[in-house]
Amino acid sequence: MIKQKACAGTMESSDIFVEIEPAAAGAGIDLSINSVVFTQFGDAIEAVIRETLEQLEVKDAKVTVNDRGAVDCTIRARVETAVCRGKGEE
Amino acid sequence: MRRSMLFLPGNSPNILLNANFLGSDSIILDLEDAVAPTEKDSARILVRNAITSLKYTKEVIVRINPVDSPYWEKDLQQIIPVKPDMIMPTKVGTAEDVKIIADYITELEAGCGMEAGSVKLIPLIETALGVENAFHIASASPRVAAIFLGGEDYTADMRCKRTKEGTEIFYARSRMVACARAAGVDVYDTPWTDVEDYDGLVEDAKFAKSLDLQENLQFPQDIFRLLTKFSARRWKKCSMRKTFSSALKRQRQKAKALYLSAER
Repeated sequence: MIKQKACAGTMESSDIFVEIEPAAAGAGIDLSINSVVFTQFGDAIEAVIRETLEQLEVKDAKVTVNDRGAVDCTIRARVETAVCRGKGEE
Repeated sequence: MRRSMLFLPGNSPNILLNANFLGSDSIILDLEDAVAPTEKDSARILVRNAITSLKYTKEVIVRINPVDSPYWEKDLQQIIPVKPDMIMPTKVGTAEDVKIIADYITELEAGCGMEAGSVKLIPLIETALGVENAFHIASASPRVAAIFLGGEDYTADMRCKRTKEGTEIFYARSRMVACARAAGVDVYDTPWTDVEDYDGLVEDAKFAKSLDLQENLQFPQDIFRLLTKFSARRWKKCSMRKTFSSALKRQRQKAKALYLSAER
């Protein structure tokens, strides 16, 4: 469960900046994506983010990402870091 | 064969992405000095994912934080399960430091169903105490495959100025070679840190080779120049030179600024 607002990543090329905020129980995932390659990879980015959140058992959260052309392993890493920070695990 | 080992900052996706194509024999993914204290968590997760997903064909070494820091156990918890070839512990001063790390890796390997002893160690010796204990460090565990001199921190610990000539690290270099040979492990020289001084690198490498030390490189452009024999003219035109120089400088400036900030 996300307890606090948290962020991870940078705005540098090949990275992604992820912000996560708590949401009410049952609210689901409110995901907003801004990407330099949204037209080409928007759906793929969304799928990776949602899959990572599911693996980390995050059901309710507001997630905002600003993507600078990150590959999947970077997206997963930054989402995981933001979630850990949001859960207060670091 | 480790002719060249390249340090890469662990929290820079663009550099990790290109690690396979920078010409070195080994890559050292850095969780220590190149990562600001506030980003240690972020870097270890990114490095873990990079090792898993990017299928590096180079020898993968991960430089972890020192045993007297609050980070080294978490570094190993994330990194050991993805089976790096080697771990580079930092600021190793005694054999006990190596044993603590080796025992913890054994525990993690067992938890992951990995073969015991599969991950090797290359302790970074960068203090006066470490240099004096180099033989004991090199003999502390069967995991130790090599020892590695860190000249910058060593000279700081010795309270002397680091020079390009390297007179101040002559004793440390010589002692490291003798200790490594006595313990039957490999030994590697301190990285060359002046990104713009290629001639200095060549001279330093020649001297290190005369002591039977393996020279190490900290910057991608040095590898291009040494191993692919770029001409000076062609090198100046190489766009990657500018890209990597500026990226690494930015990263270092940022890390340094954050370190200063944390110290205050």
